[in-house]
Amino acid sequence: MSTVALLLVTGLGLGALYFLVAAGLSLIWGLMRVLNFAHGAFFTVAAYAGWVASRSIGTGTWGQWLLSVVVGIVTGGVFAALAEVVLIRPLYARHVGQVLVTVGLALATLALVEGGFGTDPVQLVLPAWMGDTTTILGANVPNTRLLAIVAAALVLAVLLFFLRRTRFGLIVRAGVENRAMVQALGIDVQRAFTLVFAIGGMAAGLAGVLAGAYFGTIDPARGTTMLIFAFIVVVIGGLGSVTGSAVAAVVVGVLQQFLNFYAAAGVGDFSVVLLLAVVLLVRPGGLSGATA
Amino acid sequence: MTARIRPLVAVAAAVVLALFPLAGLTIPGLFDGPLSAPGTLNLLGLCFVFGALALTYDLVFGYVGLLSFGHALYFATGVYVTAIALARWHLGLGQALLVTAVVALVLPLVLGAICLRMRDIPFAMVTLAFAQAGSILVLQNPFGLTGGEEGLALGADALPPGLVGVINTPHLYWIALAFLVVTYAIAWWAVNSRPGRVWQAIRENERRVGVLGLNPYLYKLGAFVLSAFLASAAGVVYLLLQGGANPQVTTADFTLSLLVMVVLGGVATLWGAVLGGVVYEYLDFRLVGLANAPALQALPPVLRVPLSQPLFILGALFVVLVLFVPGGLAGAVRRTRGGAR
Amino acid sequence: MSAEPVPLAAPLLALENVDVRLGGSHILQSVGFSVREGGITGLLGRNGVGKTTTLRAILGLVPRTGSIRLGGEETVRLPVHAIVRRGVAYVPEDRDVFAGLTVEENLRLAERGVEPRYDLVYELFPELQTRARQKAGTLSGGQQQMVALARALLNAGNRVLLVDEPTKGLAPLVVRQVVDALRRAADVATIVLVEQNLSVAHRLVRDAIVLDQGRVAFTGDVDQLMNDPALARRYLGLAAAGGH
Repeated sequence: MSTVALLLVTGLGLGALYFLVAAGLSLIWGLMRVLNFAHGAFFTVAAYAGWVASRSIGTGTWGQWLLSVVVGIVTGGVFAALAEVVLIRPLYARHVGQVLVTVGLALATLALVEGGFGTDPVQLVLPAWMGDTTTILGANVPNTRLLAIVAAALVLAVLLFFLRRTRFGLIVRAGVENRAMVQALGIDVQRAFTLVFAIGGMAAGLAGVLAGAYFGTIDPARGTTMLIFAFIVVVIGGLGSVTGSAVAAVVVGVLQQFLNFYAAAGVGDFSVVLLLAVVLLVRPGGLSGATA
Repeated sequence: MTARIRPLVAVAAAVVLALFPLAGLTIPGLFDGPLSAPGTLNLLGLCFVFGALALTYDLVFGYVGLLSFGHALYFATGVYVTAIALARWHLGLGQALLVTAVVALVLPLVLGAICLRMRDIPFAMVTLAFAQAGSILVLQNPFGLTGGEEGLALGADALPPGLVGVINTPHLYWIALAFLVVTYAIAWWAVNSRPGRVWQAIRENERRVGVLGLNPYLYKLGAFVLSAFLASAAGVVYLLLQGGANPQVTTADFTLSLLVMVVLGGVATLWGAVLGGVVYEYLDFRLVGLANAPALQALPPVLRVPLSQPLFILGALFVVLVLFVPGGLAGAVRRTRGGAR
Repeated sequence: MSAEPVPLAAPLLALENVDVRLGGSHILQSVGFSVREGGITGLLGRNGVGKTTTLRAILGLVPRTGSIRLGGEETVRLPVHAIVRRGVAYVPEDRDVFAGLTVEENLRLAERGVEPRYDLVYELFPELQTRARQKAGTLSGGQQQMVALARALLNAGNRVLLVDEPTKGLAPLVVRQVVDALRRAADVATIVLVEQNLSVAHRLVRDAIVLDQGRVAFTGDVDQLMNDPALARRYLGLAAAGGH
């Protein structure tokens, strides 16, 4: 029983990370029809920026780690907003071009990070609490998993509030459904694009720093892996649906943990990929049935 | 260049290239050492392989308009199946090639049949998913076959003597060159054939093709399998040149670099794709060497770090191209000639 | 050809030499006409002649060349939202309400700064007030049409309403409601109405512009058009022959 509980919570923790990356991807795709390959780069750059910034005030303290969180979120948001304005916006008429430019940005950014920091993972010194465990249903759950779950739940709540209660959120929700009609109501949807990119960047930045705590290291390669899983989550959950991404992230995370443990290492990852293929074959619109 | 002159130029170029191993010429700056040196020949051979590989991707992405993010899977199939057959199962080269050919035909047929039931982004995602599954599979080293992270080296006795050793680099060079020429010929023939025209019609407007009574699904599957099969063949040649298999060729980054190559060279122009592949591989190789150049080492870190990373330069170049030169290198060449697009 | 109605003032909307090419077809060819301020101008013609495309061209939803002047100002270079902000509202053929949003949210989205005319809208369509929290996707066709019309009427600044086949697929009782709403709307705005239902068109429309194969084939009084069997049959199809 305690094993199941442990797997469940760690699966949720992993799912939390996936959700943070997937939520932004989902909105960007839903509103702008852009497949943002640079999202993993936002994740990675934010993680390293947070680490570099916080090193100056010491290691292993909460203050230092929270500073890295703030810097990570801000870096992710700013980087994403700049990318949208400088690279995506000029290519408004060229859809495939927009995707390609994010690919180029991702490649260049990853190379830059590897050049500056090397390809080996960086060991982090974290607050002591993060190395401890909490007992839940007889299982010793690492605290970092709980931290990730709480953070993701908070972000989900904030995002849903933004979408349901603000005018911008209204525009985004309508735009995901029918961008042309929103324009035909006299609303300049393009201004929402930068905001959506920034939100996605901030969430990805938070995920980058959290992943550092989760895994205990910062790794330039992690962004790409996270991106692929996030893509899978977005497609399974339904492009453009934040709640769909949340549900799918939980399913993917938990499935991955259970299978990796009960079958063999790697089988979980493999089956997540197969799950995507199955879902798409049965329901091309994803779980929430949103238009692809 | 009119359509009639172009094949002649291509043949002439191929002949000139074939003579490289016999020439003692040196092109300073471009290559370290004379053209006949094994290092240069090996680099050129790799460039040819990537040119051919980019060509196969141009078929499926440029001509049919299928945004596949899993093309690397088929290249890796060629690399790994042959490597396993030679190194683990100790088959002869002929038998290994036969096994690879069968897999290279069946795998894209099955996967393509599944993936092509979707369009656009879902299609791209499923292809990515399958490629990722392949990558995970390789890294897991099932039954010790693939060598996991370390890759799989071909021992000296795995290949016929004519293909082993530095002395025989010219042989591998010629194989790579011949492969490029043959692939180009096949691609050219395919694109100009009736199915090829249907492919381009599908890229423009798939529904209209259906209205004409043709089944777009079958045509897409045909293009998919053909390009995947040729990609696997490229993988075999690559294996011969490298002497071993490396899991890097199974990664999503690798497929993305194929995308970069094709866009770099110019989508839906065969020679553009070849050029893109050749230039990309060349830059990737040479820029690493440049990174160690003393002039570069003297620069402040802000400049030195980015410039010493080939992928940074390639990625940045790619971004610039997409923004300002949409037709890629081929498009730029056409424009300087004053010809209409 | 018939005499053009003499405008009493400069036209509110003037098209000149408008061409639209889409997917290889030359849908609109040198289309030109003017719409005078006030009342309902009908854009008529058989299926597929380009009526919907004309409305979309005015809005900028399709690439177009030529001249489209709104209140004297050239709009052909402007993006969609800028044209709409200058006082053009669109009620599309498929209604295009946002299914995932509630009725209230659909209306709120259409608000644009100046005091929105909810009193007018709720007077014309009281059901929208009772169903305010209902998701627009669950509404009937007629109710969705009301939302679409209400959106256009909400802003006093909307000088021109482009309405595309508002009675399509609706029950007779609902058609009546829409006709009444359009009549009321014509008191506060100029309407360009595309309508296949010729009895509705004859009831509502004053000036008629008829399209035939992407070109303007007739402009004039709607009575003139409908009461001439030969003209009616040629431009509007057999159903029109014999009046309403």
